[in-house]
Amino acid sequence: MAQQNYIKSYVHIKNNTVSLNGKVIYVDNEPDFKSFIKGVYKASETKYPKFFKMDSLSKLAFLAGDIILNTVQLSAVKENNIALVFSNKASSLDTDRKHQESIQCKENYYPSPAVFVYTLPNICIGEISIKHKLYSENSFFIFDNFNAKHLEVYATSLLIDNKADEVLCGWVDYDGNDSYEAFLYLVSSEGKILHNTEEIIKLYTN
Amino acid sequence: MEALKQELKENIIEQLNLEDISVAEIADNDPLFGDGLGLDSIDALELIVMLDKDYGIKLTDPKEGKAIFESVEVMANYISANRTK
Repeated sequence: MAQQNYIKSYVHIKNNTVSLNGKVIYVDNEPDFKSFIKGVYKASETKYPKFFKMDSLSKLAFLAGDIILNTVQLSAVKENNIALVFSNKASSLDTDRKHQESIQCKENYYPSPAVFVYTLPNICIGEISIKHKLYSENSFFIFDNFNAKHLEVYATSLLIDNKADEVLCGWVDYDGNDSYEAFLYLVSSEGKILHNTEEIIKLYTN
Repeated sequence: MEALKQELKENIIEQLNLEDISVAEIADNDPLFGDGLGLDSIDALELIVMLDKDYGIKLTDPKEGKAIFESVEVMANYISANRTK
């Protein structure tokens, strides 16, 4: 009989609000994403200067991941086998545009290495893995919309095949100032919310 | 030279996104890498672009940066001697 998995914890960042397991933990009225996400970082009390070097997608993913992983006891001595399965619509388009602008003009051709390194969406997974010392399976999918079914099937497959002990899944999308959303959830053998497509959609849309 | 050093400190903070560091906290002889400002390899590449963009200095061998980026003092001396703009 297949093992039943659960959603142990979930976090949502959108509309200037951060919620953890359905409860609002941070809200502000900053007019732009840059100020908002800096406020979230300061409130989180995470000391990680490299945060300021990240692009917007990575800042969003990093903080969402940090908030949810801080709710579980990560082992300092043995490997934490938490797979990361993320998805979005805009890929790394915001940073791609910045890079494109820097190479647009032959007379002013100064591509920034610090921008270029973020021209892939899965770099944000790397930022979380570095911070939390995760050497686990990871994947990043691009969809037109949040695809709960795909995430459920993929996470379940990783757990059934013993590729991971837990799976941090979700949607992290950034496409400019007014268009950002992070919804991450941790799939585990422990928890109260059943891990199935209906529950994932319910948590995502609430 | 003092104006150049001040300018370099401001540019380093802005272009390398050193959010929690002020100009006053960077001494002229502080090491920029390692135990100093803690810059990394991507920062080194960014400094090479800055030399080209702001001062018209093209480093053909990135390894040259190791000596040039030792400190703000060393950078300022190198720029003064080699700048084309």
